[in-house]
Amino acid sequence: MSLVRHPEFRRGFSETIAPSLGIAAWGLVTGVAMVKSGLSLWLAILMTMVVFAGSAQLAALPLIVAGAPLWVLWATAFCVNLRFVIYSAHWRRYFGHLPRAQRVLLGYLAVDLSYVLFARRFPDPTPQPEQLPYFWGSAAWNWLSWQGASLLGIVLADRVPTEWGLDFAGVLALLGITYSLLSGRKTWIAAGVAGFVAVATFALPLKLNIVTAIGVAVAVGLLLDRSFHDTAPERP
Amino acid sequence: MIPAWYATVGIAGLAVVTVVTRGFFLFSDRELELPAWAVQGLRYAPLAALVAVIAPEIVLTDGALISTWQDARIYAVLVGTAYFWWRRGILGMILAGTAVLLALRIGLGW
Repeated sequence: MSLVRHPEFRRGFSETIAPSLGIAAWGLVTGVAMVKSGLSLWLAILMTMVVFAGSAQLAALPLIVAGAPLWVLWATAFCVNLRFVIYSAHWRRYFGHLPRAQRVLLGYLAVDLSYVLFARRFPDPTPQPEQLPYFWGSAAWNWLSWQGASLLGIVLADRVPTEWGLDFAGVLALLGITYSLLSGRKTWIAAGVAGFVAVATFALPLKLNIVTAIGVAVAVGLLLDRSFHDTAPERP
Repeated sequence: MIPAWYATVGIAGLAVVTVVTRGFFLFSDRELELPAWAVQGLRYAPLAALVAVIAPEIVLTDGALISTWQDARIYAVLVGTAYFWWRRGILGMILAGTAVLLALRIGLGW
């Protein structure tokens, strides 16, 4: 309980509320998509509760409906989730000292939003006592709002108008966080490179354009660091 | 009709995929020795991942660059962006951008 009373828990919680509104719109649309694609109510609820990965769920749905071989289904989700493998190397720097079961639980809950907010709050990747309460505050609110919205989408599938493109609110939320991470020329260049590569390689299958873009942008960032001799990207 | 056993096993496996990918470097109890350049490079990963996820959603339609000005997303992003740099608020940015998006989609069919 001391975790919940920690001021950093509150901070993680409150810093997640605004962007989670956009992410919840994404969850709502994902919930609708699960039911509309033909999953039963209970399978859709099972899927959101245990898989907890919107982009992998959306990629998996047409495969499940088509009755694709299970290994194809799982391999697809693995590729779509590859960016999380990169995040997990980062998480290891913060949480490597914790017991394994706790590490893996934290990793499971660490979606894109929790990851970027955490890395913004703690740019220095070394363990600090404030990190765990911040993480739980952020992850708890993110889980509640995503699952709440997803369940709402599942239940109201026939009444949510998907043609409005409400899920674009999720893009706006992540765009806002992107802006808040931009500080100094190097971060602008790295962001520009990531965006360009993600769009230019969009034709790659299985959303592999995303890891490709991360890889190239990180490489460019490192080259900039080498050339300009500052240590790391500046932070606000 | 999707066979229930197939979907259930498939979904259970997808949950395992989530655990494995999100926890990929968290399973081993051995020290993970990353080279110094990798540790430094990871600092760019959150920003790069965000942009990589959203850029195609903003500028592409079915895999091709936006080719019309009558696309609600353009104005939603412009208004959202203007709001962010004016007030530095993500909540207002989402609300302003989404309001513009819905107004153009529902009102003009963009």
